[in-house]
Amino acid sequence: MSEITEKLFMYLELPFVRYAVIVGVLIALCSSLLGVTLVLKRFSFIGDGLSHVAFGAMAVASVLNVSNDMVIVLPVTVVSAILLLSGGRKAKIKGDAAIAMISVGALAFGYLLMNIFSTSSNLSGDVCSTLFGSTSILTLTSKEVWLCVALSVAVVVIFLLFYNKIFAVTFDEDFSKAVGTKAQRYNFLLATVIAVIIVLAMNLVGSLLISALVIFPALSAMRIFRSFKAVTICSAVVSVICAFVGIIISILAGTPVGSTIVAADAVVFIIFYIAGMIRGGVQ
Amino acid sequence: MEQLICRDVSLGYEGNAIISGLNFSIGSGDYLCIVGENGSGKSTLMKTLLGLIPPLSGEIVRGGGLCANEIGYLPQQTAIQRDFPASVTEIVLSGFQAHCGMRPFYNKEEKRTALENMERLGITDLAKRCYRELSGGQQQRVLLARALCATTKLLLLDEPVAGLDPMVTADMYALIDSLNKEGVTIIMISHDICAAVKYASHILHIGDVLFFGTKQEYLRSDVSKYFSGECVKR
Ligand SMILES: Nc1ncnc2c1ncn2[C@@H]1O[C@H](COP(=O)(O)OP(=O)(O)OP(=O)(O)O)[C@@H](O)[C@H]1O
Ligand SMILES: [Mg+2]
Repeated sequence: MSEITEKLFMYLELPFVRYAVIVGVLIALCSSLLGVTLVLKRFSFIGDGLSHVAFGAMAVASVLNVSNDMVIVLPVTVVSAILLLSGGRKAKIKGDAAIAMISVGALAFGYLLMNIFSTSSNLSGDVCSTLFGSTSILTLTSKEVWLCVALSVAVVVIFLLFYNKIFAVTFDEDFSKAVGTKAQRYNFLLATVIAVIIVLAMNLVGSLLISALVIFPALSAMRIFRSFKAVTICSAVVSVICAFVGIIISILAGTPVGSTIVAADAVVFIIFYIAGMIRGGVQ
Repeated sequence: MEQLICRDVSLGYEGNAIISGLNFSIGSGDYLCIVGENGSGKSTLMKTLLGLIPPLSGEIVRGGGLCANEIGYLPQQTAIQRDFPASVTEIVLSGFQAHCGMRPFYNKEEKRTALENMERLGITDLAKRCYRELSGGQQQRVLLARALCATTKLLLLDEPVAGLDPMVTADMYALIDSLNKEGVTIIMISHDICAAVKYASHILHIGDVLFFGTKQEYLRSDVSKYFSGECVKR
């Protein structure tokens, strides 16, 4: 046992390990806070959809020979997220169908462009990196870490300040509008925050992990808790613990970071699912 | 003083008018009952009055210093998802959402009023329960408590007593009546023509013939004859 802790402390001395822990935990926190709303709005798969959009934008950027493709990728992805999310209940095509449409469309379009103009020699490598993150969580620079810290603080503050409004608008948008809340404004704010966090996290940890971080903690918490506040708090706690434990295990056992975190989240989900069943049976 | 004025309004969905040529106005302190058959467009009218659906033509004017955040609303059906985790208290409190402006949290006063409204509707013991696990009538009462929290001047109710048991229905009518006496304007959709005739000051009848007038005018008119049956004759 002491051997393991010793090894752990040795690893935690390394800056890249500390960076990974900080970024992993912060992204886990942000995505779980927003995850509850996303799951309830039927946007669980938005991370996946947006990564395909980013891939399409990347293809356009490389065809146009833009050197820094983030100039195109970031705005395009943010705008798609806002279009998807701020449509609200009035949207003709919504939720899963809208995401599926945009993501499949962008993927096909991007792949087509790249094939026709074939500037890159490593096509499947490019596709892969957008899905699993262009940089690994273990190769973060301090600049990226600070960016992540700043954005996470902003997300948490915005979430706390608008918590009651976010709940009200997500729960019953018509009522919110009827009593004079500018529901569209909050949808827009929420969409922007979500888009920025997803685009950021997509580059840092990959879209696979993002989808998992959005879905699992929220669904786990919803197995057990019945109020919005409790679900939000529980999902944040679960997400942070799973991210931390996942990173530590992956370092100690040498497993891939993203997959280990997802596995930890999945295990917690199963535990909560069973606990929810037992509790439901007792009541 | 006029709070809401409809001038030659037609309303409907996607360009198809359900009702057209609607003219009426509601003064503060009025009690308007909207009656009509299923599918005649009562709920659509209420949503149009609230600005949730734009009118196809004509205009709806808000007067008498009425702000949007002084309106309470009880929808007929809410498209609330089956798996939404929300406790009764959270929902009732959300009635105050537009009162706090940029203030992020509800204050003591609002929390107390929410409790009072829950007491009025007899749902205090449900406070911690999850909304989706309540019965239809209990859910209706929760949404009513939320509407009461939202309102200070105007209360729009879309079939408020649907799904309530007779005891609570009677209490409900008494409660709405007392709010009206305190000066809150009421616009209520109801199929319960007896109650409409008993409490309302004005009646709006929607259907093949449109009728708007005071209760007395309505009782004398032809419209009421074939629609409302026995309650009116008494
Ligand atoms: N979202 C919608 N899109 C298109 N048409 C609609 C929509 N909602 C309702 N309608 C139509 O508008 C008409 C009026 O509906 P509305 O809900 O206003 O009736 P209502 O008078 O409230 O009936 P009820 O007494 O059953 O509540 C109906 O014919 C209905 O089919
Ligand atoms: Mg109706």
